[in-house]
Amino acid sequence: MSSDSHAPHIVGYGKLIAVWLGLLFFTGLTVWVSRQQTGIGHVWGSLAISVVKSGLVITFYMHMRHEGWLLRSLLFVALLTLAIFIGFTFFDVLYR
Amino acid sequence: MTSAAQFSPATSSFWNDTGKSGITSWVFSTDHKRIGLLYLYSVLTFFLIAVSLGALLRIELMAPGRTIMGPQTYNAVFTVHGVLMIFLFIIPGFPGAFGNLIMPIQIGARDVAFPRLNLFSWWLYIAGAAIIVTSLFTGGGPPDTGWTFYVPFSERTGTNVSLAVFGVFIVGFSSILTGVNFVTTIHRLRAEGMRWGRLPLFVWSVYATAWVQILATPILGITLVLILAERVLGTGLFDPTKGGDPLMYQHLFWIYSHPAVYIMILPGMGVISDIIPVFARKPIFGYKMIAFSSLAIAGAGSLVWGHHMFTSGMSDNAVLIFSFLTFVVAIPSAIKVFNWVSTLYRGSISLEAPMLFALSFILLFSIGGLAGLILGAAATDIHVHDTQFVVGHFHYVIFGGAGFAFFGAMHYWLPKFYGRRYHERTAVIAWALLFVGFNITYFSMMVLGMEGMPRRYYDYLPEFAPLNLVSTIGSWIMISGLILMMVNLFRGLFRGEAIGQNPWGGATLEWSVPTPPPTENFIEEPVVTHGPYDFKGAGIP
Ligand code: HEM
Ligand SMILES: [Cu+2]
Repeated sequence: MSSDSHAPHIVGYGKLIAVWLGLLFFTGLTVWVSRQQTGIGHVWGSLAISVVKSGLVITFYMHMRHEGWLLRSLLFVALLTLAIFIGFTFFDVLYR
Repeated sequence: MTSAAQFSPATSSFWNDTGKSGITSWVFSTDHKRIGLLYLYSVLTFFLIAVSLGALLRIELMAPGRTIMGPQTYNAVFTVHGVLMIFLFIIPGFPGAFGNLIMPIQIGARDVAFPRLNLFSWWLYIAGAAIIVTSLFTGGGPPDTGWTFYVPFSERTGTNVSLAVFGVFIVGFSSILTGVNFVTTIHRLRAEGMRWGRLPLFVWSVYATAWVQILATPILGITLVLILAERVLGTGLFDPTKGGDPLMYQHLFWIYSHPAVYIMILPGMGVISDIIPVFARKPIFGYKMIAFSSLAIAGAGSLVWGHHMFTSGMSDNAVLIFSFLTFVVAIPSAIKVFNWVSTLYRGSISLEAPMLFALSFILLFSIGGLAGLILGAAATDIHVHDTQFVVGHFHYVIFGGAGFAFFGAMHYWLPKFYGRRYHERTAVIAWALLFVGFNITYFSMMVLGMEGMPRRYYDYLPEFAPLNLVSTIGSWIMISGLILMMVNLFRGLFRGEAIGQNPWGGATLEWSVPTPPPTENFIEEPVVTHGPYDFKGAGIP
């Protein structure tokens, strides 16, 4: 079912460092986006970037790539909750 | 249970089971019953301190002008009263005390899924509580922001907000871990035959609550860390001059704190759903709808936080949507009320103390809930926002609702763990004092709010004087009822009349084990063959 049903897996240093560099790049991108005069556009830009960044962290650092459906779906529930919470604040932020 | 004959309660009860002795047999115990009692005594301690602070607030408001304290002290006292009541009494109270004591036995388990994590949760609670208490006497003194810690004031005040929010942060972790523990327990440790459709409604409510604890509490954690960051590092997240947004704080705070009111009330509703059938001698009406409405309340209740912000300058669209959603949550709450009342219909009602608390819960919760709709309708909220009407409303729901359910649960379940019970007539008198005093105190406050008296002020205009005096006298009646109740209850538990295995005639599993329950709850592994309110199936006349 979940993590105990398969052999342990090791992610090599090379890959971990590559992911880390990717994260740094996206952090830089966030800073750059925040300096553009795009109105509410920043928010969408930053949110999109942070989705990609957390995707990287979850897939590689948290090993979710190697997990079974149970943990994945639980993670999905948590992410959905977060998305709803953030989404609902936009009823305010977008229309002020 | 047949094997009760060769079972000797004196030696096998959880009271005298461990190798350890004295205090360590408690503070290092992993038995869910001992941990439940640890929580019970801890939360009651903070409850009694906070009640005393509430009494001081009412004395200050007895007459206009300064009565016993000045404005700064008043601000600190209502803040500490609120923080203790919310974060150290009612949120941890139900899951910690009765979730622990009752839920594992009701599902036929020997303990929770992670007993050591359970003990760790209690320790986190105590650590957080100790930090909060420390914050009152160090730094700039007790926080004066109100329990909501709203920015920008919470960033600027010289009082010890930093330490207090850090303490609340730690208590939050305790809550999350309890939630994880209980969800796992209910999924994995149900006894044979304990299908989801046979779970007692208290368990359903603890289950729904546990999900809210897991999913909402982290947001409170983040929010409190952001206050710390603002105060210590000056990040400017909520400061418009640095490009921040003060309203974002209110969103973040209420994203947790509105669902948190369901952490407070849902288990109370579960208790009521368990008490009413037993004292009406009738199976519960609408089992499925009550169970389902707990989940519906937990879900829909997470989407209404904006109703605390109607007057804050939030966009009109948001006002409209959050107001609408607030009305939606009233539906599952009303479903429960209708089902309780239908259960009572043609029941053979016996008015003992737990039942009196349950019945008054229905009334007080309904009054509080309807007042909530006045606050949830954007138009009327503008009139009563931040007035004493709000204070009346939430005391009706969390004190008249969750608090009374807690007292009902204490009368209903604690004798099971002590083997002795309180004096019934005294309990009824205490309940009556409490009930009458409660209504005098808080109904007056709702009327005062309608008339325009704001909340969180130590002083008021002369025209509000008569009702404030009435309210303060009501609080004395209420507090005398509380004292009588506590003394009678605990005197009874230690010295009262002994009780048997099933004093009330309940059909849920906790009544099928010896009194007090043995260490691992069941002498032999239970097999469940009937529903929680099937009194015939349980062989109860
Ligand atoms: C003897 C019992 C109690 C008395 C006399 C009492 C009295 C009061 C009063 C007078 C205030 C309003 C202060 C103001 O706005 O000027 C208040 C606020 C409050 N009370 Fe109580 N109360 C009692 C019990 C409770 C209980 C059982 C709870 C919750 C479980 C509770 C939760 C709160 C909260 C959250 C506030 C708001 C604090 C704030 O504005 O930040 N109280 N109480
Ligand atoms: Cu709310």
